[in-house]
Amino acid sequence: MQSSEERTSPQTKSIMRFLRPTLNALGVPLLAVLTAMIVGGLIIAFAGGDPFMAYIGLFQGALGSPRALSETAVWASPYIFAGLAVALAFRGGLFNIGAEGQLAFGAVMAALIGYALPGWLHIDLPAFIHIPLAVGFGALAGALWAAIPGALKAYTGGHEVINTIMMNYIALNLTSFLLNGPMRDPNPLNVIARTPGIAESARIPPIFSGFRVHWGFILALLVALAVWWLLWKTTLGFEIRTVGANPDAAKYAGIDTKRTIVLTMALSGLLAGLAGTIEVTALNYRHELGFSIGYGFDAIAIALLGKTHPLGVVLAALLFAAMRNGGTRMQFLTQIPVDIISVIQALILLFVAADAIIRYIYRIRAREERVVLTRGWGG
Amino acid sequence: MDWRRFGFIAFIITILFSVVVLIGKAEISPVVIVTSMLATTIAVATPLTLGALCGVYCERAGVVNIGIEGMMLAAAFFGWLTAIYMNTVFGLAPMPSLLGGVAAAILTGGLLGLFHAVLSVTFKVDQIIGGTVINILAVGITGFLNRQLFFEKGSIFGGNVPHAPGVLPRIQIPLLADIPVVGRIFDQQPITFAAILLVIITHFVLFYTRWGLRTRSVGEHPRAADTVGIDVYFMRYANVIIGGMLAGLGGAYFTLESVPSFEPLMTNGRGFIALAAMIFGNWTPFGAWAAALVFGAAQALQINLQFFRESIPPQWAFLQISYVVGLAPYLLTMIILTGIIGKNIPPAADGQPYEK
Repeated sequence: MQSSEERTSPQTKSIMRFLRPTLNALGVPLLAVLTAMIVGGLIIAFAGGDPFMAYIGLFQGALGSPRALSETAVWASPYIFAGLAVALAFRGGLFNIGAEGQLAFGAVMAALIGYALPGWLHIDLPAFIHIPLAVGFGALAGALWAAIPGALKAYTGGHEVINTIMMNYIALNLTSFLLNGPMRDPNPLNVIARTPGIAESARIPPIFSGFRVHWGFILALLVALAVWWLLWKTTLGFEIRTVGANPDAAKYAGIDTKRTIVLTMALSGLLAGLAGTIEVTALNYRHELGFSIGYGFDAIAIALLGKTHPLGVVLAALLFAAMRNGGTRMQFLTQIPVDIISVIQALILLFVAADAIIRYIYRIRAREERVVLTRGWGG
Repeated sequence: MDWRRFGFIAFIITILFSVVVLIGKAEISPVVIVTSMLATTIAVATPLTLGALCGVYCERAGVVNIGIEGMMLAAAFFGWLTAIYMNTVFGLAPMPSLLGGVAAAILTGGLLGLFHAVLSVTFKVDQIIGGTVINILAVGITGFLNRQLFFEKGSIFGGNVPHAPGVLPRIQIPLLADIPVVGRIFDQQPITFAAILLVIITHFVLFYTRWGLRTRSVGEHPRAADTVGIDVYFMRYANVIIGGMLAGLGGAYFTLESVPSFEPLMTNGRGFIALAAMIFGNWTPFGAWAAALVFGAAQALQINLQFFRESIPPQWAFLQISYVVGLAPYLLTMIILTGIIGKNIPPAADGQPYEK
């Protein structure tokens, strides 16, 4: 006869498997954030500012009111998607520095479907068709943009780090061409490179009226859950993680590593494409040149801070969103340029990546297993 | 470096030059166009050449460095800042200020090289992550200081950017620069000449000195090198710092030789293209330089097309869209990385931390 503990164990185990790596891994990231804030404070003081006022402003701007909370969630939505994109690629042994380009390409496609599709079809689309179409095509565009470097990696060995960066610049050039040319908003009052506004039927509504936080944020949380399910509950996820952990072993185990690499990159790009798509369909209602500058690099920091685990990514994305959102208030209060946030975030990335430094400073012993993140040019 | 690659490079450069000659020949003689293209190509290839040499030193010693972009950006900023300080705050003449700026840029690059070495050699951080940290940190620090020092009220320069002391003057090589028309090629600015000189020096150091032999040995087989008494950590530290200093000189090109101003993100991916040039040059100095010239030629084409904007015939109209030509270096990089123009073979221990 089984004891009650053993009978309930499948669910409990599964929940614990979801939580334990995060709980275990929390120590170093928290200390990394703390250390980065201290060093950032020193830089602020060095540049002639008041670090305490700065951080008070940062906190108020990020969490101090319902509106601040709503804005933090607005910032967090693309961060969660983009962070998941980079984290998923890391799990598959690939370093996707190209979230930026995939995001921009997804945003352009979502905007195109959003404003032009009703005109092409000569009908008014209902929202329950138009929204999924815009979001779907945006995500697919991101997937396609990432699948190219993925295929080059799998079939020619061209390293994805450089190729995804090249794809970023190509996306940037293409976007500025499209937004200055064929897709430019024809409104005579328009003076900047942007698309026309998307149709009402393609707009994802806000959750509460009067606040900008939208259903895209909820979608981001659901997608985080889906990524966790994909990675740890499906065959494809197992293949992705095996190829990431040891490509040779994966090959001998009969996994089609080339196909897995392309799929991993495509899925990663899909998530990054969603980041851009949500910005267009739920927030800006159009695509504008330069709105996404820096998301790609922030996403790397978020993925690493979250230990490439979906739950960790969500927490890290919320932290980064709070800092970005609070930065504006900080600049207003103390005249310290909001760019200091980038410095602090780079420091967080540094201390998370070089966890040996944190362990050295705070005398923590190494506990968790190291995840293999990238390999040299050969792999 | 095999001849197939040099052939490919010559072929691409010929095509790029021919485009400009075909467009401009109605107004200007082809010789003048080719000369001017060549002179521009050599000049704009300078940061790519120096960045690629940085990569050669680092990776020959077994350390992958994708932080070249960040090293150049930070060096461009701090070199420029130093030149302005020396000129406006300390009242020095433009020439010493500029040279001080170059020195500061090299120092910045060297310090970031030291930082990368600490991360990758001592702390054994994943080297690609370490490089990414440098890139993000450089963007953040330069953006923050640029705004804090120049644009905020109550900042040191009171909200307005002071004039930089110009750019480094041209130097004419005696005799060669006096040749009619073609002499233009030998009339360049100092960092450009230094880059070419450094290509030759690096080739000599790597393949004809004890230092070079030791560097290559710690990049190919650090265990064997350690066994025969070579200090692997010291060699890696030293070469990454040297590489950083070269990237720093490359950064100085942007703000002290090309234009007398700084803009956030002004390196614009040149550090990554330099890395591609190094890979296409199969980790050799001359190969890297030749590859850098291809990218330089693509950029020179873009610049020269601006001159002939009016006389571009209709069948070439698509070239007027500068975005199309702008894509060339990036597409070229991706083609090169596929290895269809010769397999790229990195040093055997490239990217692997060494445990004593």
